[in-house]
Amino acid sequence: MDQNGAMPLYRDEAVVLRTQKLGEADRIVTFLTRERGRVRAVAKGVRKTSSRLGGRVEPFMQVDVQFYEGRSLDVVNQVETIGAYGLGIASDYGRYTAGTAMLETTERLTETEGEPSLQLYLLLVGALRALSAGEHAPALILDAFLLRSLAVAGWAPSFTDCARCGEPGPHRSFTIASGGSVCPPCRPAVATAPHPATLALLAALLSGDWDVADSSEERHRREASGITAAYLQWHLERQVRSLRLVER
Amino acid sequence: MYEGVVQDLIDELGRLPGVGPKSAQRIAFHLLQSDPVDVRRLVSALTEVTEKVRFCSVCGNVSADDLCRICRDERRDVSVLCVVEEPKDVVAIEKTREFRGRYHVLGGAISPIEGVGPDDLRIKELLTRLADGAIGEIILATDPNLEGEATATYLARLLKPLGLRVTRLASGLPVGGDLEYADELTLGRAFEGRRLLDV
Repeated sequence: MDQNGAMPLYRDEAVVLRTQKLGEADRIVTFLTRERGRVRAVAKGVRKTSSRLGGRVEPFMQVDVQFYEGRSLDVVNQVETIGAYGLGIASDYGRYTAGTAMLETTERLTETEGEPSLQLYLLLVGALRALSAGEHAPALILDAFLLRSLAVAGWAPSFTDCARCGEPGPHRSFTIASGGSVCPPCRPAVATAPHPATLALLAALLSGDWDVADSSEERHRREASGITAAYLQWHLERQVRSLRLVER
Repeated sequence: MYEGVVQDLIDELGRLPGVGPKSAQRIAFHLLQSDPVDVRRLVSALTEVTEKVRFCSVCGNVSADDLCRICRDERRDVSVLCVVEEPKDVVAIEKTREFRGRYHVLGGAISPIEGVGPDDLRIKELLTRLADGAIGEIILATDPNLEGEATATYLARLLKPLGLRVTRLASGLPVGGDLEYADELTLGRAFEGRRLLDV
């Protein structure tokens, strides 16, 4: 409390990443905020049907939220909806599983609470909007989000030039440990050789070339998803649980 | 710290949900001062619950026998099945006295972030129950939150091709509230689900 006895309040835009039940009718809500990175806060009485907060603090919601600082966890005070993406996502099972994997990855990429990650926030909002509106296949939106969020985190893969020496590509060989495509002299003993169309799709997803991505074939999408998932797990060093349940 | 058994009791009580160390101490001393007959009744209730209660082999609700009371009741409508997440939801719906069909308890909702997929719920058992063709309508009564909606979406997609009538509980304004306090999502859903007044 400050000198006047008032609770310190702060306000931010945020996306709800996860909710966990707490006690009788409360929830702990994990937000990714625009200014303050990841924030965990208590939403009191939110599970009661009479709650003022109601459906606004459900996963996938983009909200304008006011918190007051608590002793261990902050408390959600007021919430206004900015983007109601929840319903558009939950009404399609493929979108729901892809969206959940995005939220879990975002949570993993923001390990330290309170550390701003504006780029990731904007990326997530864009991806949820596209997913909710059904602009592209859910699995493609997911893979584009995963690749770009890794790039924002400093682990940008390379799908054309050699990831080691920068030799202009495209190259045939690919290794996750080296960070993407590798030229023949840089090629380590163990390397895979994905289909060239798969590498072109991955490059398109990373750069946002949706014309190429939308016209890709199913088998290349599958191979690209496998590479993206392996690349993600390699850098996060932990399994993203919801990836297993994504409907492709 | 109290002596041996008293402290053990406090520790055990403190593990219950919503019971902190102070409340645990208060309950422990209440039990110590109570009539031993009352305490024994509590003990036998706890023992019975752990030994006797199991899950109904048909619907998955908590039950004292192989079949729960509702599944045994022949007067209930066998053509309507209400799908809920938890046994607690069965009790909530039973209190309304509106529903005369039978139930199916899923045991949770699909939540990939918690590692819960369709295979972790009692969905296979649900499909088995539909095999004899006696059920004509399925009411999806999962929670009106995101996981509940997604679970309902998944089930609807699975059940519709079987030629069943699949319905979802309505969402909207709570009875006895003020319109201005409703959040925009709930209000939006209330508009979507508005109905014709027959007067």
